[in-house]
Amino acid sequence: MTHDHNPGRRIGETLLAVENISLAFGGVRALTDISFDVREHEIRAIIGPNGAGKSSMLNCVNGVYRPQQGTIRFAGQTFRHMHPHKAALMGIARTFQNIALFRGMSVLDNIMTGRNLKMRCGLFLQALYVGPNRREELAHREKVEHIIDFLQIESVRKTPVGRLPYGIQKRVELGRALAAEPRLLLLDEPMAGMNIEEKQDMCRFILDVNDEFGTTIVLIEHDMGVVMDISDRVVVLDYGRKIGDGSPDEVRANQDVIDAYLGVAH
Amino acid sequence: MQFFFEVLIGGLLAGVMYSLVALGFVLIYKASGVFNFAQGSMVFFAALTYVGLQEKFGLPGWAVFGLTLAVMVVLGIAIERVVLRPLVNQPQITLFMATIGLAFFIEGLAQVIWGTQVRRLDLGLQDEPIAMLMDRFNMLVSKFDVVAAVVAGLLVAVLAVFFNRTRIGRALRAVADDHQAALAVGIPLKQIWAIVWSVAGFVALVAGLMWGARNGVQFALTFVALKALPVLILGGFESVLGAIVGGLIIGASEKLAEVYLGPHLGGGIEGWFAYVMALLFLLVRPEGLFGEKHIDRV
Amino acid sequence: MLYREAGQFKTSYRADQQIFPILQDRIGMLVLGFVALVGVPLVASEYWLTAILIPLLVFSLAAIGLNILTGYAGQLSLGTAAFMAVGAVATYNFQLRVPGIPILVSFLLGGGTAAAVGAVFGLPSLRIKGFYLAVATLAAQFFIPWLLVKVSWFSNDSASGVITTQPVEILGFTFDTPLRKYLFALVVVSVLALVAKNLVRSHIGRAWMAVRDMDVAAEVIGIRIVRTKLVAFAVSSFYCGIAGALYAFAYLGSVETDGFNLDLSFRILFMIIIGGVGSILGSFLGAAFITLLPILLDVALTEGATALGLQLPSGMTSMVQLVVFGALIIFFLIVEPLGLARLWQIAKEKLRLWPFPH
Repeated sequence: MTHDHNPGRRIGETLLAVENISLAFGGVRALTDISFDVREHEIRAIIGPNGAGKSSMLNCVNGVYRPQQGTIRFAGQTFRHMHPHKAALMGIARTFQNIALFRGMSVLDNIMTGRNLKMRCGLFLQALYVGPNRREELAHREKVEHIIDFLQIESVRKTPVGRLPYGIQKRVELGRALAAEPRLLLLDEPMAGMNIEEKQDMCRFILDVNDEFGTTIVLIEHDMGVVMDISDRVVVLDYGRKIGDGSPDEVRANQDVIDAYLGVAH
Repeated sequence: MQFFFEVLIGGLLAGVMYSLVALGFVLIYKASGVFNFAQGSMVFFAALTYVGLQEKFGLPGWAVFGLTLAVMVVLGIAIERVVLRPLVNQPQITLFMATIGLAFFIEGLAQVIWGTQVRRLDLGLQDEPIAMLMDRFNMLVSKFDVVAAVVAGLLVAVLAVFFNRTRIGRALRAVADDHQAALAVGIPLKQIWAIVWSVAGFVALVAGLMWGARNGVQFALTFVALKALPVLILGGFESVLGAIVGGLIIGASEKLAEVYLGPHLGGGIEGWFAYVMALLFLLVRPEGLFGEKHIDRV
Repeated sequence: MLYREAGQFKTSYRADQQIFPILQDRIGMLVLGFVALVGVPLVASEYWLTAILIPLLVFSLAAIGLNILTGYAGQLSLGTAAFMAVGAVATYNFQLRVPGIPILVSFLLGGGTAAAVGAVFGLPSLRIKGFYLAVATLAAQFFIPWLLVKVSWFSNDSASGVITTQPVEILGFTFDTPLRKYLFALVVVSVLALVAKNLVRSHIGRAWMAVRDMDVAAEVIGIRIVRTKLVAFAVSSFYCGIAGALYAFAYLGSVETDGFNLDLSFRILFMIIIGGVGSILGSFLGAAFITLLPILLDVALTEGATALGLQLPSGMTSMVQLVVFGALIIFFLIVEPLGLARLWQIAKEKLRLWPFPH
């Protein structure tokens, strides 16, 4: 699988910069003094062995966890810590390592929740379901249907997500995040547990999102082949510390990274 | 001041009775994560069965106790088998609602079998002041309440030994920590749950006898038992110590409020005081005094 | 005519978003509406109206209220009856103390008062979940009826907190007979049921369900948890409040505030469990089931006892009722947690494929 960038795609200025982030749960240090940046339109991978703090890092970026130290700079604003709602408002969307869909709702409704932030009608109009509210619902439905088309899940749009196979659920979760039209998309192991075809599909979707919508993407992934193929730059974490940062080739040649992955006699 | 202590001691001792019911909740919650709303009904069921058997067969107290215990064990195992096993891995809220249904079932069943009239339960204990304290300090402390407190203390001690010193107890604690891990190391989960429900039945029996002897065996017992819920909120759902301390706090503050606050509010506040107190407490410390704080992992 | 959607293609999203997208359902609803509005008044006896149909409507509304909170937003409440009490007493007082106020305005204000009280008692939900919250709502259940009885102003200084409702009069027409009260309740409940359906299929409804299913994910996509939960409490309590007002004004006429007790709350909870958690239709089915079951049970037990020549001990039927309710709740939670509404849906799906199994 090779990744030829759309020639029109141009890596821009820094969109996200995390600086000196440290996070601890009680006495357990999950992250220690992590800094890296993500440029606009870039695909940035975070890799590292299990327990390296990758998911915790994403959780700090969109405010699910509050780091004890450090700052997060996003789109020109600097935060001591993010708040999930603020993050969503500023255009950060996210998928989870263990699928976090709304199991009792249909695919359509799940993806529609991704657009909730953009819906303006008050309670009273919603109660009547006429005029502006109906128009709003329909307009957003149309956008959501585009995403459903894009992800090729038309046939299951009315199915409760709890009944769908794993791979499709992962797609729906991506769809929900895309529905928010994010500037920054955080993907936590989007291909975990998939077979080779599903992985290829998911790669294609990620690259298409990046190419067509120009969405900046930060992804956590274990499959080195995938990471090396699709990402522009890679951050490597190990035991909550950053041990490498750079292009796939640079990271591959980094001795610390090789040690972390292959083990080394101390 | 002396009157204050009298009320306080009375309240603390009444609180012990709440703790007795709360203990049963904690046991089951720790072992299976089920919030057993029916614990109060089991207390009622136990007391009614005890009185009913006594009336019917006129056996000595220990024999009736043994018989009732057997009934409670069977009931506990039946609940585990019929109600909870099919609901394994359902959301906690579903389990909770199932135990509400269970509570109705048990309350109805008890009265279908034994009738609906109020019964006296005589354990040979008098609810009279202790003469020594009366003479020496002029304080009114009920003999009955003190006995109840001693029984509760004994029960906790027995449970503590059971949990910490026996193999089954160790298995129970393992199950409480992590069902799957316990299963993986070969602990028979289903047996353990049956044992827990039996123990909860035993605790319900003890609580039922104490409460029944004090207030008479009647339907209203289930409302008293409901007071164990604010006790648990205060103490935390996972802590035996919490059940005891929570019971004492609720019992004492309820009595004090009843005596000092009640007249200003027109009386009848014991119906809600414990709940409102628990509610306010929740806002400050949702995990309870001795509960564990959980971090959501995503 | 067969129940089929074959050949009914949707060419616009608007058509696809109807409440009843299938033609046969729309026809069915029309028939049902016709029966309720015209058929029932022609044939129903006074007993049917006062003992079955009016309470059925009132409880359906209360069940919709609880379903919004518990079924859609996932917040378990054991205080439904308390919010009904607030609605009943508030409506009574608006009617009593504001001269010339139209009854429907009193109803809305009564519902609004219940909504405000509900939102206050919903505050703990911001920090706690599940059965912790259920215990917290018990505080409302025990405190509110006590307060309404103790402060005799609420019941206009009547002894034991009984309120005797004013006549329901709209534009000079008085809803005084059982039939008229039934029609009044029917219209109120139908309109509010439609409103509820609209809410749950709009973005607030999706926000409720999102919070119910996975609150962390909901927050991450920008749903405000705090606001969503409080709105759920307020809307739910509004419905319960109106249901309480109907309970007083259209069903009983005079109400003891103490009657809004924990038992009533449980009864409504049972309606949504049996009828269907997270379903407006289920609220109606559950209310019908729980209203009719005791009547049927009573008849069955009395008939059975007479047939066998037995004398039933007093209070026996209500005890058997407890046993049956309890057993049914457990049965439904184990076998069909989504209740009668789900069974209805399965039946429809089967019918759609009939005569083929798949």
